[in-house]
Amino acid sequence: MKLSGWGRYPVLEARLGAPRDLDALGEHVRAGAAIARGNGRSYGDSAVSPDNTVHMRHFHHMLAFDPTTGQLVAEAGVLLADVIAAFLPRGWFPAVTPGTKFVTLGGMIAADVHGKNHHRDGSFASCVDWIDLMDATGRLHRCSRDENAELFGWTLGGMGLTGIILRAAIRLRPVETGWIRQTTKSAPSLEAAMAALEASDEATYSVAWIDCLGTGAQLGRSLVMLGEHATRQELSGPQAANPFAMGPRRRLSVPVDAPAALLNGLTVRAFNALYYWKGTRGAGTRLVGWDGYFYPLDGILGWNRIYGRRGFVQFQCALPPDTAEAGLRALLRTTSQAGAGSFLAVLKRFGTADGPGQFSFPMPGYTLALDFPVRAGTERLMDRLDAITLEHDGRFYLAKDARMSARTLEQSDPRTAIFRAGRARMGMRPAFASAQSERLDL
Amino acid sequence: MTRKTALILGARSDIALAVAREFAAAGWDLQLAAREAGRLADDRADLELRHGIAVSLHDFDALAIEGHTAFVAGLPVLPDLVVCAVGFMGDQTASEGDPAAAVLVMRSNFEGPASILAVLGNAFEARGSGTLVGISSVAGERGRAVNYIYGSAKAGFTAFLSGLRNRLAKKGVHVVTVLPGFVATHMTEGMDLPARLTARPEEVATAIRSAVERRRDVIHVRRIWRFVMLVIRAIPERVFKTMRI
Ligand SMILES: Cc1cc2nc3c(=O)[nH]c(=O)nc-3n(C[C@H](O)[C@H](O)[C@H](O)COP(=O)(O)OP(=O)(O)OC[C@H]3O[C@@H](n4cnc5c(N)ncnc54)[C@H](O)[C@@H]3O)c2cc1C
Ligand SMILES: NC(=O)c1ccc[n+]([C@@H]2O[C@H](COP(=O)([O-])OP(=O)(O)OC[C@H]3O[C@@H](n4cnc5c(N)ncnc54)[C@H](OP(=O)(O)O)[C@@H]3O)[C@@H](O)[C@H]2O)c1
Repeated sequence: MKLSGWGRYPVLEARLGAPRDLDALGEHVRAGAAIARGNGRSYGDSAVSPDNTVHMRHFHHMLAFDPTTGQLVAEAGVLLADVIAAFLPRGWFPAVTPGTKFVTLGGMIAADVHGKNHHRDGSFASCVDWIDLMDATGRLHRCSRDENAELFGWTLGGMGLTGIILRAAIRLRPVETGWIRQTTKSAPSLEAAMAALEASDEATYSVAWIDCLGTGAQLGRSLVMLGEHATRQELSGPQAANPFAMGPRRRLSVPVDAPAALLNGLTVRAFNALYYWKGTRGAGTRLVGWDGYFYPLDGILGWNRIYGRRGFVQFQCALPPDTAEAGLRALLRTTSQAGAGSFLAVLKRFGTADGPGQFSFPMPGYTLALDFPVRAGTERLMDRLDAITLEHDGRFYLAKDARMSARTLEQSDPRTAIFRAGRARMGMRPAFASAQSERLDL
Repeated sequence: MTRKTALILGARSDIALAVAREFAAAGWDLQLAAREAGRLADDRADLELRHGIAVSLHDFDALAIEGHTAFVAGLPVLPDLVVCAVGFMGDQTASEGDPAAAVLVMRSNFEGPASILAVLGNAFEARGSGTLVGISSVAGERGRAVNYIYGSAKAGFTAFLSGLRNRLAKKGVHVVTVLPGFVATHMTEGMDLPARLTARPEEVATAIRSAVERRRDVIHVRRIWRFVMLVIRAIPERVFKTMRI
């Protein structure tokens, strides 16, 4: 069948199995060239193996919860949305969450995802106590910081290439409410945005949305958004009546493929201007529900179709503190000059926390994420952005990548060769392989 | 208010588990009955954890008819609702050639389910309340060359449910007949089913809960099946026998 990631590019012909129990899972794995697939929210070809894609949807059980520590033991196919639905009403929230709740625990561990609190709490790895990992022979290994620590380290951020994560124990954070006290500041330039993020180190959550068509003095003008979990005392009226902000959100959906032309510079300009205006007017602090705050795009079902039939690609890199400003400036300038418009440009400051993930994406500094519809010229632009990232000692996020070259990856990240050699030594290569790992020679 | 309890027979089925999640989310306690019920341990943990309800597991074989009375007597409480998802499609070609194979399909879809619902129906009648839900199939609406062994057993089960409803309606006991069309489950995995006609197990579950609450008698899942079956039933036998359908 045809398989792709969230960007719907590339679309590959692949064999997809969905084993229902451990024995069947073992059989799938022993067939070779296997890759686990969670909920397919990575953008490119990370979760596709043409020969042997193994869907984890039948491993969707929550197994145990300890309310004294907040530790949840669950199978890897459990969706984050389900964790929230079950535990937020009891006062628990994911300790680290990406920008969509429609991801699986396995997918979050394999990509070692980061959230808006990375600068304080680190990546997802920070809340993973242990995992059960299936190796190429079908055997299970309990891995943690103390047990099979090497395997644990390479699996966090290992993009499914070290084996199949079957179960995990993750820790949730206690919260008094499901409301977020959001403070929005507008920043007229990149410099101002970075300064605002640096100055907000104390904030639990921070992120900047960039109007990526801003040029000249306005290059990098942004909305900087900070957030804190609201306490019970802060709630009043309807919020106090619904302290965990549960309940249906209005949903819009994008039913058909929008033509890529819809996304010309003008539309993006209008979108961004609106966003900027809204933020400026609404500057200050207000309470927003967790769903709208953390998962704004989840409210628009199938929004990936907005880019039309040919799909879209995302570019996400991380840059070290020293070169971040120059690098970001060059990336934004190149993007705005190309007029290719990015619907979303998100800037986030990464913290210095040193997690256990040996192949994890986050590093101290900044990360920038941009979306582009696939059309003529996109590839050239992406190559240009790759080159700028390399010039500024940056690295790339594999969960977003759909087209990078093996050479670029190797140049960007000295860990690549170690990961590859480790995979060979530990019998993971070629037993576990994705279209991405083949392209990138992992 | 005491919590309500639902007994689910054939609980390892995808439809049954979707029904379990649906009622658990609505706060019902569950009794999950299946062959080797221990295989449902993860499902039990999951349902209890997510929904804060109580789940018990019970070994149950629909074909072990002599044990059905004892099975019902042995339940921790007589449930308020029973959903029977037991079914077995078998292999039509095998069923054509081998009477034993055919009989297994017939017994699994008709005799076994009818037997256990008869026992439960009597217990509900004595109590004067309860709802029985039988999952039959549109395959029982007309015998087709490709699956008439399974279809004929479902036809028997559908008629049984209809009669049981007719009998118990005066006794405060309600019977729901569920006639799903195609459902994407373990049973149909790998088959090439038309998307518009194929429901997800969750849709069946939602339809069942709504039918139980609204005391509906016979439901199709995906309304379009009502019309599909209307057409299929309307074709004269003389024409039907020449068709490949
Ligand atoms: C709208 C949106 C916003 C996002 N925001 C963020 C963000 O803020 N921060 C961030 O870090 N990421 C973000 N992402 C990316 C997303 O969090 C990751 O791609 C995540 O890995 C997707 O999880 P999934 O379950 O869909 O996995 P898939 O996309 O199915 O798989 C992703 C990778 O995980 C591996 N994998 C999946 N399950 C298993 C398993 N059981 N065992 C072993 N390997 C497995 C796959 O092999 C693959 O390499 C975002 C994505 C979207 C669509
Ligand atoms: N899928 C469809 O398209 C479709 C359409 C119309 C109607 N239906 C009906 O829907 C019901 C559920 O089916 P499904 O699609 O969810 O398929 P399924 O997963 O194959 O479920 C059938 C279940 O019946 C159980 N079973 C069979 N014989 C049994 C016996 N003797 N004792 C106890 N349990 C027994 C099986 O248990 P084990 O796990 O022990 O094998 C299995 O869990 C069935 O009645 C089926 O006929 C399905």
